[in-house]
Amino acid sequence: MEQRGLGRLRLPGLLALLAALAALAAWSPRVSASRNLSLWPLPVTVRTTPRLLYLSPGNFFFGHSPTSKTGPSCAVLQEAFRRYYAYIFGTYKWHRGYNKIPSEMELQKLEVSVIMDPECDSFPSITSDESYNLLVQGPVATLTANRVWGVLRGLETFSQLIYQDSYGAFTANESNIVDSPRFPHRGILIDTSRHFLPVKTILKTLDAMAFNKFNVLHWHIVDDQSFPYQSITFPELSNKGSYSLSHVYTPNDVRTVIEYARFRGIRVLPEFDSPGHTASWGKGQKDILTPCYHASEPSGTFGPINPILNSTYSFLSKLFKEISTVFPDEFIHLGGDEVDFNCWESNPAVLNFMMNKGFDRNFKKLQSFYMQMVLDMISAMKKRSIIWQEVYDDEGKLIPGTVVQVWKMDNFYNELGNITAAGFPVIISAPWYLDTIHYGQDWRQYYSVEPLNFAGTPEQKQLVIGGEACIWGEYVDATNLTPRLWPRASAVGERLWSHQDVTDLEDAYRRLIRHRCRMVRRGIAAQPLFTGYCEHEGRM
Amino acid sequence: MEQRGLGRLRLPGLLALLAALGVLVVQAALGRRRAQTPRISASRNQNLWPLPVTVRTTPRLLYLSPGNFFFGHSPTSKAGPSCRMNNNGLKICFNFSHTGIMPIFFGFDKWPLGSDNVPRKMELQKLEVSVIMDPECDSFPSITSDESYNLLVQEPVAKLTANRVWGVLRGKFFVVSLLFSSKEIFTANESNIVDSPRFPHRGILIDTSRHFLPIKTILKTLDAMAFNKFNVLHWHIVDDQSFPYQSITFPELSNKGSYSLSHVYTPNDVRTVIEYARFRGIRVLPEFDSPGHTASWGKGQKDVLTPCYHSREPSGTFGPINPILNSTYSFLSKLFKEISTVFPDKFIHLGGDEVDFHCWKSNPAVLHFMRNKGFGKKFEKLQSFYMQKVLDMISAMKKTSIVWQEVFDDEGKLTPGTVVQVWKKRNFHMKLRKITAAGFPVIISAPWYLDLISYGEDWTGYYLVEPLNFAGTPEQKQLVIGGEACIWGEYVDATNLTPRLWPRASAVGERLWSHQDVTDLEDAYRRLIRHRCRMVGRGIAAQPLLPGYCEHEGRM
Repeated sequence: MEQRGLGRLRLPGLLALLAALAALAAWSPRVSASRNLSLWPLPVTVRTTPRLLYLSPGNFFFGHSPTSKTGPSCAVLQEAFRRYYAYIFGTYKWHRGYNKIPSEMELQKLEVSVIMDPECDSFPSITSDESYNLLVQGPVATLTANRVWGVLRGLETFSQLIYQDSYGAFTANESNIVDSPRFPHRGILIDTSRHFLPVKTILKTLDAMAFNKFNVLHWHIVDDQSFPYQSITFPELSNKGSYSLSHVYTPNDVRTVIEYARFRGIRVLPEFDSPGHTASWGKGQKDILTPCYHASEPSGTFGPINPILNSTYSFLSKLFKEISTVFPDEFIHLGGDEVDFNCWESNPAVLNFMMNKGFDRNFKKLQSFYMQMVLDMISAMKKRSIIWQEVYDDEGKLIPGTVVQVWKMDNFYNELGNITAAGFPVIISAPWYLDTIHYGQDWRQYYSVEPLNFAGTPEQKQLVIGGEACIWGEYVDATNLTPRLWPRASAVGERLWSHQDVTDLEDAYRRLIRHRCRMVRRGIAAQPLFTGYCEHEGRM
Repeated sequence: MEQRGLGRLRLPGLLALLAALGVLVVQAALGRRRAQTPRISASRNQNLWPLPVTVRTTPRLLYLSPGNFFFGHSPTSKAGPSCRMNNNGLKICFNFSHTGIMPIFFGFDKWPLGSDNVPRKMELQKLEVSVIMDPECDSFPSITSDESYNLLVQEPVAKLTANRVWGVLRGKFFVVSLLFSSKEIFTANESNIVDSPRFPHRGILIDTSRHFLPIKTILKTLDAMAFNKFNVLHWHIVDDQSFPYQSITFPELSNKGSYSLSHVYTPNDVRTVIEYARFRGIRVLPEFDSPGHTASWGKGQKDVLTPCYHSREPSGTFGPINPILNSTYSFLSKLFKEISTVFPDKFIHLGGDEVDFHCWKSNPAVLHFMRNKGFGKKFEKLQSFYMQKVLDMISAMKKTSIVWQEVFDDEGKLTPGTVVQVWKKRNFHMKLRKITAAGFPVIISAPWYLDLISYGEDWTGYYLVEPLNFAGTPEQKQLVIGGEACIWGEYVDATNLTPRLWPRASAVGERLWSHQDVTDLEDAYRRLIRHRCRMVGRGIAAQPLLPGYCEHEGRM
């Protein structure tokens, strides 16, 4: 059970052993479930029996197994127990002991057992173990995992197993599920620069991500249009660069997002895209952008970050130092995409600098020079960098281990082959630009993408650490984010979590309809897949 | 002042006279509006949507204090004294004037009375409403309702004059557009607006069969419609997928045909929608589409659908409504009788689109019937036969029918005055020419299928459509009574209706209200961005047009 792309062995733990013994199934997923089952994303193995168990809201508990390394002091789990109780039973008042369920048919408790150091107080990381084993039987079901992260994923699956029968009784089939993700990096990219997203919208998105077992919020926090990130070191960046003073993320907002995400096993990956896409940076930081020239005179407009000044790098070093502290994740996304060279070309000082450096007229070398400086900074801070594919394409000397994110749709499989052949880990976004909308069921095309469908050695395939569904913000804000993202992103969620062989569109359609209604019931305004209705859509 | 397409003169009223004499405006009266080009004389009018016929503003700013601003009836208004004769009427007229308007003006915050220090000379203290003719306080709006108004904003008392309450409603929502607020100071430029709509039928089609829309979503849509001066809710209430309309006469239709018993519109729900719409000057036009698009009807009504055959045996599946049985027509007659009572509007939409002939072709009894009638193999004739029966029914109920374009295409003998709705995008201008040449009034939807989404700023495509851009006589052009933006429900429900509909439908709203010459995209951009933010501020989750922000978007 090698951890993808990171060249490290995941601790096998007891769970792997258990799973190997317990799962009678071969590697391919098995579902022997009733039509009421609507698991999304589909676990690795699902065994169910026709035997039904009933739950009574007044007589059901989550708890820690006596042998578990966790207990009531593990806040991540205590919070999760409360959350999933509400997801399963709703927020109605239930009378204790009102239901009379024969005890042999009653499911009274889900007992959680964490086998290794639970990591209750840690942040999730790319190497976090999310595998779990769920045994649903009366009277006590057991959920076993190496770490809390697996428990979180297993609780979601457990909640999806329970449905209300036609008399309203909470029901689950006796079942055994062994599960772990196919890719360790499963992200949603949000863009808070083109449009500001209120914190509550981001938190709602994190809820929906957890329902779909996503584990990375890629926060494209600033861009040309606005700089909503309130920096402690450089407060003028957002004072001047945000849309307004009510369109900023204060340090407290950022902490709220990170903590809310942590409780759902979700990493927050900050992106501070440069040297392009930085127009808003110039408003609050003097001399950071390249002055453009027209006919030997400064034209009054500005281009990408000015790569020839020492002040630029000392500014960036302080800014990224702050970012590396504020965001606990091991990775920082540095952007590096779509740099427009026109302004650099117009600027005599830039041209002079390039002559001195021997770059000739090759502006890609200037960009590489810049990126190298920033990449080195990040390394020195003991963080790792993620960059958009242009940085790799321009053949800068990338530090080994730098992750390349592929976003261009044209020939993206070729690009994956090239990048992995060069030995770099890669994240796929190209086929999953969800801001590009179409009439009809476009989720099917997202679903049908096979990330590893490129020519390459098994080692190369291992370098694909995952993918991201991107909902860029040009035409998206809090008014339409949720219905535009869900359930279309759910298709990507299953592609990144479930086994490669899970490709049956009709089966996916049946499950996704129910999964979408489940999201609606939990307060996520996921849009419909096609004609029909949800039982509990009144809340929308 | 001829009313489009309906061959009747609108009463000119005193308003036209007033306007003609009127203060700053020398321009012609409302009647000759199509000869006028819109005038805007102030940059700050980038707030107005849809653009009125004439807007004159001066640079002079007036200040409003939420604690010292009132609405009232002018002493000469027909609305005040005449409504006093009738308590109920008074209430409604009062509500017409006031309901929901103050919060829309100033938001829901508590404002301290008299805490503002507004210079007396520059303060706007009151909007005085004057209705010149019988106000129609207790009536339902209709295709001939007069929506024109004259608005004079000056201190200390602004005046809104209209022939009927409908014009007051249009004008009232408009005053709000003139307001600017920043840092809790509300200002408006001194201005004079003379306004009336270009087309009398300006609709939004919603589809509650493919997905049920909760009442509160429909009411929200009516709010947004009022903000965009739409005046028709075309309610495509039933279709193949479900029958949510709860009929009093045939309760089994929704008992069996709805998605579930919580996915129905009770008579009370329907009344709520109609009354909420009336208060906003919006007509509710019900569509009961037949003979196709009726699969859900068959669940609760035996024998209403045609049984399909497969190799001489009934296949167990059903097709369109069965046009050969007397029982069909007696059922329809009772159903439409109910509908004509429940929905007060003069029009009923009968559908008639996309009828699939395969099932009729397979059915021996249908073939036999056609032979007897001498229809040969022409199933269009059978469809015409059916539609004619239903059209006659509606005529007998003193209502006017609207049909989708196929009914005209299939050359049924349409009752004169029947309105044809054009929905097929291909060559739709050609189709408009043909239908109007045949003398039928027409509603345009073809270019405005808003359920067909695409990346980017597709509203510009909707905006640039010119409805009258077809070869035809002025009389033909007069037969174009308006248009509708359609948001079909295959992929739309309460989760995404509002952001998908607004502000894209706003583009259609301006096209149908404002003067033909209002086509400047850059100007429309500027105004629509502000208008969209205004909608957001009023709780309508209208999606963004392009990168940017709204001051008051926190409520979303």
